This record gives sequence, C-alpha cells and structure tokens, in this order.
Amino acid sequence: MRFGARLALAVTTLIVTVTACGAPHGGGSQPRAGQDCGPYARYGEHAGTTVTVYASNRDREADLFEETWADFAACTGIDVAYEGDGEFEAQIQLRVEGGNTPDVAFFPQPGLMERFARAGRLKPASAEVAALAKEGWSADWNGYATVNGTLYGTPLVANVKSFVWYSPAFFRDRGLSVPRTWAELMDVTEKVAASGVKPWCAGVESGEATGWPLTDWIEDVLLRQAGPDVYDQWVSHEIPFNDPRVIRAMDTVGSVLKNDRYANGGYGPARSMASIAYQEGGTPVLSGDCAMHRQASFYAEHWPEGTEIGPDKDVFAFLLPGTDRTSRPVLGGGVFAAAFSDRPEVRAFQEYLATADFATARMKKGPFVSANKGVDPADAATPVDRLSIQLLQDPKTQFRFDGSDLMPASVGAGTFWKGAVDWIGGKGTEPVADSVERSWPRP
Amino acid sequence: MSRVRERLASRAFSLTAVVIAVLWTTPTLGLLLSSFRPEDEIKTTGWWTVFGSPHVTLDNYDEVLFGSANASGRLAEHLVNSVVITLPSVLFPLVLGFFAAYALAWIDFRGRGALLVGIFALQIVPLQMALVPLLKLFSQGWLFLPAWGLTGPARFTHVWFAHTVFALPFAVFLLHNFLAGLPRDLIEAARVDGASHGTLLLRIVLPLAGPALVTFAIIQFIWVWNDLLVALALSGGTAETAPVTVRLAGLAGTRGNEWQRLTAGAFVSAFVPVLVFFALQRHFARGLLTGSVKG
Repeated sequence: MRFGARLALAVTTLIVTVTACGAPHGGGSQPRAGQDCGPYARYGEHAGTTVTVYASNRDREADLFEETWADFAACTGIDVAYEGDGEFEAQIQLRVEGGNTPDVAFFPQPGLMERFARAGRLKPASAEVAALAKEGWSADWNGYATVNGTLYGTPLVANVKSFVWYSPAFFRDRGLSVPRTWAELMDVTEKVAASGVKPWCAGVESGEATGWPLTDWIEDVLLRQAGPDVYDQWVSHEIPFNDPRVIRAMDTVGSVLKNDRYANGGYGPARSMASIAYQEGGTPVLSGDCAMHRQASFYAEHWPEGTEIGPDKDVFAFLLPGTDRTSRPVLGGGVFAAAFSDRPEVRAFQEYLATADFATARMKKGPFVSANKGVDPADAATPVDRLSIQLLQDPKTQFRFDGSDLMPASVGAGTFWKGAVDWIGGKGTEPVADSVERSWPRP
Repeated sequence: MSRVRERLASRAFSLTAVVIAVLWTTPTLGLLLSSFRPEDEIKTTGWWTVFGSPHVTLDNYDEVLFGSANASGRLAEHLVNSVVITLPSVLFPLVLGFFAAYALAWIDFRGRGALLVGIFALQIVPLQMALVPLLKLFSQGWLFLPAWGLTGPARFTHVWFAHTVFALPFAVFLLHNFLAGLPRDLIEAARVDGASHGTLLLRIVLPLAGPALVTFAIIQFIWVWNDLLVALALSGGTAETAPVTVRLAGLAGTRGNEWQRLTAGAFVSAFVPVLVFFALQRHFARGLLTGSVKG
C-alpha cells in the first residue's frame, strides 16, 4: 500500500474507533432496588433527561455534591452532569456568549450572577423555588440573588469568614479567655505579646488572588467599627473607598497586622505575610508560635492532617468580636445556584437544591454550611460548621456579604487585593486607599 | 561562518551551554524527585532533602492516574482523551496543508499570489478572538450553516475542527516554503513523463517532503497536547471529553491545598510529548531549516 492509502486507512480507522467509543454507555439513572423514593415524588418523573451543572467547586467537594444528589437523580431519572472548573469566573462568560450554556450554574459571587440576570440570560426562579427561598433564607440572603425585584437563584453554600482560630490549650495555659468584645481582643493581644509570643499570624499569598485575606480583615473591622449601614454604602460606592471611616478601619487592622510586635507569629516580621501561602498562615498556632489566626470557616480543611478541631481539641475558632457584647456582625460568603434554562427537569433540580433536605443531606456527608433556616446545627459535620450555622441562624447576627465579591471585579478582585499587598509591604494607608478609589470604574 | 562555528565550539562556550542547561533543568529535576516523595514530605520540606532521607513512593502517580472519584486525578481516562484529540488534530492539518501547499507551489491558477498572501496573513489572527464565534457556530449555526448540536463524546469534533482551522495557515506556510524550494527540473521532468498531479504528489513530492512534514507534526503535536484554552472552551470539562491539561488545571483542589498531585500530574502529562519528540528528533533538526533556507 502506498503512503497516501495507508494514511487514509489510518484516519478512517481512527474515526471509526472514536465513534465506537462514543456510543452512549447505558443510562446511569435507574432507581436502585429497595430505595425509598418517597421524598422525591414531588419532583416528578423525568426519565432520560439531563441537567448540566457548571461550578467552581471541584475535587472532594464535587464528589460530595454528586453523592448528595445521587438519590434524587436515581428517583427522578434525571442525569445530573456536574462539571467543576477552576476557571469558572472566566469560562462561564465564554460559555454563555458562545451558546454552550450550562442548565444550572453555581455562582460564588452575586455580582457575577447579577450580570447574567441583567443581560436576560438567567431564568427567573419559578414560583415553587421562590416559595422555598422565602421559607428557607432570610431576606438578606435572598436579596443577594434578587435583581430588580426578581429572584433568580437560591443560596447554596454559605461560609462564615469572621472567625479567629486559636489553640484552646495555649489560651488555657496562659489563663486567657475567649474575648467577647474588641477591647478584650486587644487586651488578649497585648498580654500574649508581653509574654514574648507574637499573637497574630497570617498568610496572604494565594496565586492570582494574593491579598484577599487582608481585604477580609479590613472588611471585618469596618463592619464592626462603622456598622452595617456604612459597610453597605462603602460596598455599593455611595461613600468613596477612601472615606475617613474606612481609613480608620484600615489603620486599626494595621495597628495589629503591620505591627512587628503583634505579627507575624512564627514567620518573622509583619511584612513576611505577603509571601506566606494563605493555606499555611495559621500553622504556627499549633506550635504555639502564634496565638490567633483570623480566617474563614473553610480554613478547617487547611490544618495539617491529624489536627483535631473542637473546643477542647488542638484548635478551635471564635467569632471576631464586635465593639460590645451584644453586637454580632458576621462577614461571610456564599455560592448561589441559578438556572439558565427552564425545562421541567431543570426546575425540578433547582427546587431540590432550594430545600433544607438537600442542605441537610449534604451536611451529613462532610464539611458544609448552609444558611437555610431549616437545617439543624446538630447535623453539621464539624464543630466549626455547627458554630457557623448557629451564628447564621441567630436572629441577632448582622450578616454581611464579603464586600470584595460584591464590588466591581476590577476593584474587588483586582486593585483592592493588590493595594492590600502593597499596604502590608509598608505603603501608607491613605495612598493605598486613594489609589483604590481612583481605580473604581466610572459609570 | 566558519569562524563563528569555531568560536561556538570553544571550551568556554561549551561550558556556558552546560551551565545554562543545568540551571534550566534543575527545577524540573526537583519536580521529578518531588513526584516520588510522600505527600506530607512534599508539603513540609524541599526536594533536595530526598538525598538525605530517601523515602520513595509511587502513591502520587497511583492517585493521579487511577483514582475514580473527582477527588483524585483520573488522569488515565483523560490521557485517552488527549490522544483522541491530538492525533486527528495533527493529521487533518497535515494532510490538508500538504495538498494546499502543493497546489499553491506547483499549480498555476489565477489569484494564486493573493491567496498565498491571504493564507499567510491569517497566521497573525489570535485564536482567542475566534473562540466565541466558533462556539456560536457550533451551537447556533451561521448564515446557512446549521447548528452542529453535538453532545457527549461527539464534541471531540469541535476540538478537532478548531485545532485544524487554527493550524492550517502555519501548516500551509511551512510546507509551501519547503515545496516551492524543490528543484523545478525534477517536477517538470515528471510532468513531461506524463505524471498527473496526483502521481507527482504521492510519488515524487511526498518522499522528499518528509522532514518538513515531521517538523510540522511535532510542533503541532506538542501544541495540541499542551493546549488548555481551546480544550477548556470547546471540549467541555467532563471526563468524557476533557484532555489531560484541563484535568491538570483543576488537580490542586478547589482551594489549592492538594498541590502535591501536580508533581506527578505534570510528569504524566509531559511524558508523551517528550517521547514523541525523542522518537522524531532526528527529522526535526533537519526540518527546522526548511522554512528559512530554500534549496
């Protein structure tokens, strides 16, 4: 055979093989024998249908999601095709623009979701989903998924960012108690510093997102010092980014984190934070080289393997206190599920995600926090998750969403992060705040 | 020319070359050694400590290759996808580009010059610009073209199509320059003997064009194998169609705390192109000159 003929044969063989491999492997969603499909009867039968889900959660979180809705999928006959992608924020725009839109997307930023809602791409939530949302979440939470008075999605995951991780043994040995007010917190800080240990540690390196742990710190303190109303105005840019109250909050954070006496415990001078991976920021708490590490509930996954979490274990967390004992400001984040199509099976799936049953089932599988009022904190997989849920359900809690996720991306995921890194590196508060203000997109 | 060669062959230059090569490969060596170390050691100490306390394990490779859940690599499945994506994406532009280059070099037709310039000029179009239009073409159709409406494994076609389209201008450029440099006497002699274009192409030009074809094949193979952007945008990220690169990008976990997998993952992914390169290296060195020096 001549070369050309052989080539043609090779190509043909290849195509045939590929097509053969591509033949559909038998449908996966069959109710298993002996399975109780009662709870899923309300979602109806949708045999042979597929719902595609696109999200940024991958790895173990993806496995846990898939296990959670496996029963739902088997009973309704819906094949839930889940895809987790680290490039979610950039890719979702490409997909929607290009017409390769997923049925359901899990948005980690309400701002991003709002953009698709305003562009008319997202489908408004059905009456059933809206009713479930009203029943399950506070008005604040539903507000993040509401655009121009229309609800587009439901909160799926919640996380509490205002936690301070500490070692209960370290506190016990020094006779310290968990601070309940900001003044008490500063008191503990000073006592620890006087004993020769730097009280705070932090790491802010996080690849392209380097700086975000610092912006969380600043938001947390602003929320406490100036109150939720000023915080809201700041996030929506009704007051400038470099408002005197914001400068004051930054200086307060600076008095702790930029102070070589107070930080960076276990790592060296305060400015070392910029080069420490955020995943390792709290490790010195275990060795006693650092007393406190302010980081979100999900930091539970970053402690070295074998670290036990609990009020009398290796590490635990307390809420970053407010100015007095009665105020309970909580900074947090969340993921929202919204749909790009309104086929019956997509509706059914969205409805299922909006139930407390889903949240409870997911919680029982592994670390997970939902802001749904219908979940029982006792079902939480870890003590910190339980604490988070209790905080989120407490009517006295003033929950505010992470500001950098709500600001325009060029600021919230850009100049604010970079400015914070310059700031921890030694640049003054005002020049940094001024430059972030200047970078705010003009309408 | 010969003086330059003498200088470059001198000892000082050889030494510099060796130093540069060592500096260049050290990080890769570190990555390779790390990939055999246990997870907690990778995360706590540097790779050079392996010489002091050699704890060697294949766990990382086992995890990234043969895991079955999202929380592990599953690279074995994705390797198959990578092969399925790469081979046609190399063969299609190679064959089409070869025919086109022959026609443009040896068949006289009106507008040949303009067509040639047009094709060469297309090389400067960045492929990022074409992603959204391509996606629209696939999902909605364009003008009289219907939507492709492909799902599941059929979506490989998207990736093949995109890679072929993006590669063609360069393929035509490289192969045309080579084919145009073949001796005119040879082609004409064959024509006089009554060879049709088909015979000429397969009997005379193809055997001579080996180095140029291999060069293009290697460049294209490595490009497609390492491509993340096109795969991410067009293949869909599920284990059904996504190549190794897409999986690698997500291997470190949602919060980047599983990065020990990247060491082994990187080598699994790099192994195939390295193999291809070494197998065809001899032709490659010869072929590199084809685009630049005629005759």
